[in-house]
Amino acid sequence: MKFQTPHSVEDAVAILVADPDARVLAGGTDLLVRLRAGHMTPSAVVDIKRINGMRDITSENGGWRIGAGVACAEMGEHAALKADYPGVVEGAELIGSTQVQGRCTVVGNLCNAGPAGDSVPALVAAGATVRVAGPNGTRDVDVIDIPTAPGKTSLKEGEFVTSVFLPARAANSSDAYLRFIPRTEMDIAVVGCAVNLTLDDAGVVTAASMSLGAVGPKVKQVDASALVGSTCDDAAVEALAAAATAAATPIDDKRGTIAFRKDVSGVLAKRAARAAYTRAKGAST
Amino acid sequence: MAKDEFEKREFKIVGTRVPRPDGLDKVTGRARYGADMSAPGMLFGYCLRSPHAHARIKSIDTSEAEAMPGVKAVVTRADFTHVPASGGTKDILDNVMAGEKALYDGHTVAAVAANSRSAAKAALKAIKVDYEVLPHVTDVDEAMKPGAPELHQGRQQESVPEGFSQNVLARSQYGHGDVDAGFAKADIIVERSFKTAATHQGYIEPHACLASMGNDNQADLFCCTQGHFMVRNTCADIMGMESGRLRVTASEIGGGFGGKTTVFLEPVALMLSKKSGKPVKMTMSRDEVMRASGPTASTSIDIKIGVKKDGTVTAATGDFRYQSGCFYSMNGALGAMCGFAPYDLENLKTVGWEVVTNRPKAAAYRAPGAPMAAFAVESVMDEIAKELGMDPIDLRLLNGAEEGTKAAYGPTYPAIGLKATLKAAKAHPHWSAPLGENQGRGVGCGFWFNFGGNTSVSLMINPDGTVNLSEGNPDIGGSRASMSMMAAEELGIPYEQIRTIVADTASLGENDVTDGSRVTFAVGLATIKAARHAIEIMKGRAAATWGIDADAVEWVDGAAQPAGPNAGKFPPLTLKDIAATMSKTGGPISGHHEANAEGAGVSFGTHICDTEVDPETGAVKILRYTVFQDAGKAVHPDYVEGQLQGGAVQGIGWALNEEYIYGEDGTLQNAGYLDYRIPVASDLPMIEPVILEIPNPGHPYGVRGVGETGIVPPLATIANAVSRAAGVRMTSLPMSPPKLLAAIKAN
Repeated sequence: MKFQTPHSVEDAVAILVADPDARVLAGGTDLLVRLRAGHMTPSAVVDIKRINGMRDITSENGGWRIGAGVACAEMGEHAALKADYPGVVEGAELIGSTQVQGRCTVVGNLCNAGPAGDSVPALVAAGATVRVAGPNGTRDVDVIDIPTAPGKTSLKEGEFVTSVFLPARAANSSDAYLRFIPRTEMDIAVVGCAVNLTLDDAGVVTAASMSLGAVGPKVKQVDASALVGSTCDDAAVEALAAAATAAATPIDDKRGTIAFRKDVSGVLAKRAARAAYTRAKGAST
Repeated sequence: MAKDEFEKREFKIVGTRVPRPDGLDKVTGRARYGADMSAPGMLFGYCLRSPHAHARIKSIDTSEAEAMPGVKAVVTRADFTHVPASGGTKDILDNVMAGEKALYDGHTVAAVAANSRSAAKAALKAIKVDYEVLPHVTDVDEAMKPGAPELHQGRQQESVPEGFSQNVLARSQYGHGDVDAGFAKADIIVERSFKTAATHQGYIEPHACLASMGNDNQADLFCCTQGHFMVRNTCADIMGMESGRLRVTASEIGGGFGGKTTVFLEPVALMLSKKSGKPVKMTMSRDEVMRASGPTASTSIDIKIGVKKDGTVTAATGDFRYQSGCFYSMNGALGAMCGFAPYDLENLKTVGWEVVTNRPKAAAYRAPGAPMAAFAVESVMDEIAKELGMDPIDLRLLNGAEEGTKAAYGPTYPAIGLKATLKAAKAHPHWSAPLGENQGRGVGCGFWFNFGGNTSVSLMINPDGTVNLSEGNPDIGGSRASMSMMAAEELGIPYEQIRTIVADTASLGENDVTDGSRVTFAVGLATIKAARHAIEIMKGRAAATWGIDADAVEWVDGAAQPAGPNAGKFPPLTLKDIAATMSKTGGPISGHHEANAEGAGVSFGTHICDTEVDPETGAVKILRYTVFQDAGKAVHPDYVEGQLQGGAVQGIGWALNEEYIYGEDGTLQNAGYLDYRIPVASDLPMIEPVILEIPNPGHPYGVRGVGETGIVPPLATIANAVSRAAGVRMTSLPMSPPKLLAAIKAN
């Protein structure tokens, strides 16, 4: 097995085009575990962290571009990013353990295409896009369109994700991500839920989006219009919870039952909506 | 009963918190665990494991694997031509290398040794096994029914009545009095059924060994185990060799909890080494540990208890059905003996059942069989207390066992500490602290027998006055520190002057496994007696030096001195003085002691736990946890507290989330620590240990075992706390969030 460290996007694409069995390494917290467990035997590992810009968080058009090599812990230490997207950052900072968070990346979490990836729902709720580099140049893709099924992505041969982009924030906006795990850390989401809100100056919700993880083959975008026009009152939140429960299409497995996951989807929707609303109001004061 | 060994004394070293002798090596990485040993020319061994829960092995073709580059040996059951002398060892052989059938997902069917890990793994893929897949059963109640898929034929004992599957291997019964008459006198009768899932000990260190066998039929084995003498005897029986030709050295051990009281890899590594003529190292992956080591039993239990309105129990019955994997293991009987052991009951009948299923053979897990039995009994006691409107501790004090009580399993108790733990719990601020919304408090009691057993200790006086002590039990709970402390106490010298090591099987007499909470008691007793033996010799040397009678010499504060003015007037001779001249006074000085120790002294504990239940998700938070246990004399309180806390933590995992989950196809679905959920540090509050020191009459210092009792009460204690917090009685473990939420919603 070869280990390669290209210094440019073009070199990385060239390697990936020439060797379809090569695998991209960013943080490596999924890839190395799979390698050691013998679940995959790639011909080459291509470490993209030495490519210029891969480890940077930069302001762009009022939003944020996060390189594919940025560790989740680095996002947690970026005060301005955290102020704009506390839900995205809290999702990123729930992955694995403190040690894992020092290496793992949101782009890796996305491209791993696990239905339960903790950083993905908040990116989807935020309307984030990723930039994909490949033999035909670059293209921007909505985050929700990257995973297609467990372990499968829409990336074509020779392509890899170079960054994720979070759009500029409207005033009075915020987000929240909550997950349910049977323990308190070092675990995988049984249900994950992100809510992203924008309020007017009177505290009325003008835009709302919601996304669920671990309740389907891939992350789900769920209609959150129940909150629009409300002040996140009990009736609106209950309606949102009902929408979440209805939208969830989980399976029975070792981590939870269908009934449990549908119930908890609703519970987390309520709690995440209230957390996001409190934050959005706080942002306006 | 053993003679009364206990003598009251003022301790100088015992009871202090001295530095542990293995600490530096462990924190710096210098300690050598099972996988840390290498040898020149060493090969890497790996097992091929059955992907089926139950299958007949029609044929195994190893020819392609044997021809692959780097492959030096391939073994199957056909290589194990010797039939072990003991029936139990035959089962072990069947477990470490499948015979006619693979009996569980993960059962070893062949093994390879090659000069690289990748060559060995490639060879495993080239072995062709032709399986005839058979119907399987993994649930204990299903396995007992007539018509269930049967693992074995002709192994059912005569104690099993007709009408059961051949999977039911044994039935045992305990009790006294007349339960029908007792229930007739009851005002309230509560009858409930319970289930508990199989759990794993969850030790951090996977099984590992290095075997080297020469063609002179002499062998050395380095391995991670709780008992290297057991490893020697078992492997020698399997290999058909004389045990004196096999020397086994125990590595440092990264946890065992009973799971390392048998062998898995060791006979396979020896056979690979014998066949290849090279040293062979084998290490299990975590997946292999989960699938193919020895988890505990899963159970199905019925409990019925009758009480008068004042809380007096008039009768109790228990039916304890335990599946212990694919071979016989005594677990149901232990449940039937332990469940009601904390109580003084006039009328009692318990029945234990031993059932086989298509799961890995259970190994011991800390008080094997007892925690599940306590869960069932103590849950019903809690329900009775609630129904009577009685303080659950008062209910237990009213019915609790004490000195003179006829125990549930037969004997009459000597001085025991159950009521002392209950009274300490009731007086503790925890018991009366206020609770908030969705919070509940539970209490539970537990019992464990404790054990003594075969023990050998040697104590050597070095010329410079330092002392070495050899014990034969792997140190899993601090025995090197405890033995050094007891020897120092007895010899009257500083702790630092003694170094204790765990000697290999060729360097010391026979020793039973580190199990049954036996080591601090039994090895401690032998250590004290070995020290006394050395003291007698040293007194003799002093007497000869002074020209007085040996009887006229006494040993005080690490020195020989004349016993009173009539003996003569001589300055004391210290241990160092005597050591310095021992070459001239008669030669080297050593003390030793060998015994099959009796008088271990049973142990009781009471736990209190506060939980908070999230009624919308079924998530449980452990808010506060306090352990009260009769530990006898606590030799090194840090280690004792660690045992009490560790037992509680393992119990918390067992109660809330840990479980072996099998799929429809009988394969294990969660063979790793992501989906087999042991508690992480942030799941736990600080667990407060309260040590009660009620001296064990069978030990010179009053020591009794402490390692196992601590895991007996938690399942019940937490279930009682959760049931009270959620307002619904939980009768199935683990109380994982989906199960608890469903119960809350059904209520």
